[in-house]
Amino acid sequence: MNMMEREGAPNGVERISIRNLDFYYGKNQALKKINLPIYDRTVTAFIGPSGCGKSTLLRVLNRMYDLYPKQHAEGEVLFNGENILSPNVDLNLLRSRIGMVFQKPTPFPMTIYENIAFGIRLYEDLPKPEIDERVETALQKAALWPEVKDNLQESGLSLSGGQQQRLCIARTVALRPDVILLDEPASALDPISSAKIEELIDELRAEFTIAIVTHNMQQAARVSQQVAFMYLGELVEFGETERLFTSPSDKRTQDYVTGRFG
Amino acid sequence: MARDLTLYGSRRRKNILVMTMCWLASAIGIGVLLIILATLVVRSAGAFSSLLFTQDVPPPGSPGGGLRNAIVGSLILTTLGTFIGTPIGILAGTYMAEYGRYSRLTTVVRFINDILLSAPSIVMGLFVYTIMVRPMQHFSGIAGAAALAVIVIPIVVRTTENMLLLVPDQLREAAAAIGMPRSMVIRYVAYRAARAGMVTGVLLAIARISGETAPLLFTALNNQFFSTDLNAPMASLPAVIFQFALSPYADWQNLAWAGALLITGAVLTLSILARWLSSSKVDAA
Repeated sequence: MNMMEREGAPNGVERISIRNLDFYYGKNQALKKINLPIYDRTVTAFIGPSGCGKSTLLRVLNRMYDLYPKQHAEGEVLFNGENILSPNVDLNLLRSRIGMVFQKPTPFPMTIYENIAFGIRLYEDLPKPEIDERVETALQKAALWPEVKDNLQESGLSLSGGQQQRLCIARTVALRPDVILLDEPASALDPISSAKIEELIDELRAEFTIAIVTHNMQQAARVSQQVAFMYLGELVEFGETERLFTSPSDKRTQDYVTGRFG
Repeated sequence: MARDLTLYGSRRRKNILVMTMCWLASAIGIGVLLIILATLVVRSAGAFSSLLFTQDVPPPGSPGGGLRNAIVGSLILTTLGTFIGTPIGILAGTYMAEYGRYSRLTTVVRFINDILLSAPSIVMGLFVYTIMVRPMQHFSGIAGAAALAVIVIPIVVRTTENMLLLVPDQLREAAAAIGMPRSMVIRYVAYRAARAGMVTGVLLAIARISGETAPLLFTALNNQFFSTDLNAPMASLPAVIFQFALSPYADWQNLAWAGALLITGAVLTLSILARWLSSSKVDAA
């Protein structure tokens, strides 16, 4: 499938719908009335200056903020029709459906193989050959297989930074989630590793819905089809990437994408 | 190009002065350790033979004899004390670093633990004497092990908590992000990442209790005969050293020196092992 066909919202299905979302760190409001659709099998980029709330927004989508006290969200985040902010939601199941990759590579202190197999075994009782296959497929998808296929039993920590990050992507992909959240996944990497990750994101959107936070506007322009520009906890503008970067409708968006602040 | 060297020169002189003092301080530290070791080796030479490990402590005035009952007693007391104290310490430390990190209980426990950590070990002995020896109406090996366990707990609590807090939250988030339940995040990710440090803490606790005398005097007491009965008084190296070193008999004094060398050697080995473990990198799988 070529790039043009995939522009915008290919099937218009909203995988995640964020409605009137407010978020608080203690008494400090970090997100204000966010309304945003995240379309199926599309890359949606969150951009904006530091402290604008883009990472906070991402961390609401898999309830990562729940690990910490005094952080809470109000409003609705619908995922497959269910409000994930509801207290009845099983967080472990939710996070197995909505995966996340972080800014710094975070391999577990285990072998390369175990880094990926561990997550699969959490939710699926599979015979060993099938797990082997799933591990290989995941590493293939993360473009890491050729580099590690002969040393799967070595520590995940023995890999280079770029390889570690692809291992983390493989670990997420192996669970076959619906959505993958990427929190500045390339910002701690060198340009070559960074380019590999970007290529990877472009391939992954054929199967997964992707939301990515990035500081780098060129990166947002290269990898995303939809962009949300945030500023001071508000969603200023949302739309197709090309339109938003070439003819933004809000003055603040224009100032930011042309590099006048941020 | 000429440069005024007054400032730089005085800084250099201060540097040399401070470096010399640092060097001297290290030399004194190492020197004292070497003197202790040398003295132990020289003084215990008379008693050091294979008999040390095969014969029990001799009655007063009779030559020969060894430290078998004391060595075995020490091994039993130390092992048991470690096995009782370590799980409690690790569980408490885990609660404090993982589940109760933001709770008031943790602050209180940490404060009390710090007091326990620096409490004189004789207090631990008296405590166990009151709650175990008095009701049982006799000294016993198990009471000795309990007293040692009370010393182990605060050490292990402290190291476990500190080592777990060193594990980056990013790693916990990453584990949570694949839907790993909290208990597994702790067991398979946090414990693995902190393993070297936690083991070091346990080793240091063993090193600490293997030389403790005061808490044993009120609990396990001592025993002239070979005994593995936990319900009876039990011999231990520190208690034998204490008794023999103060005695007027040369044979006993020699045995006390040999016992001191054994303990020092064991503690030194444990400390080196602990240091080596904590400096070696986290290994996977």
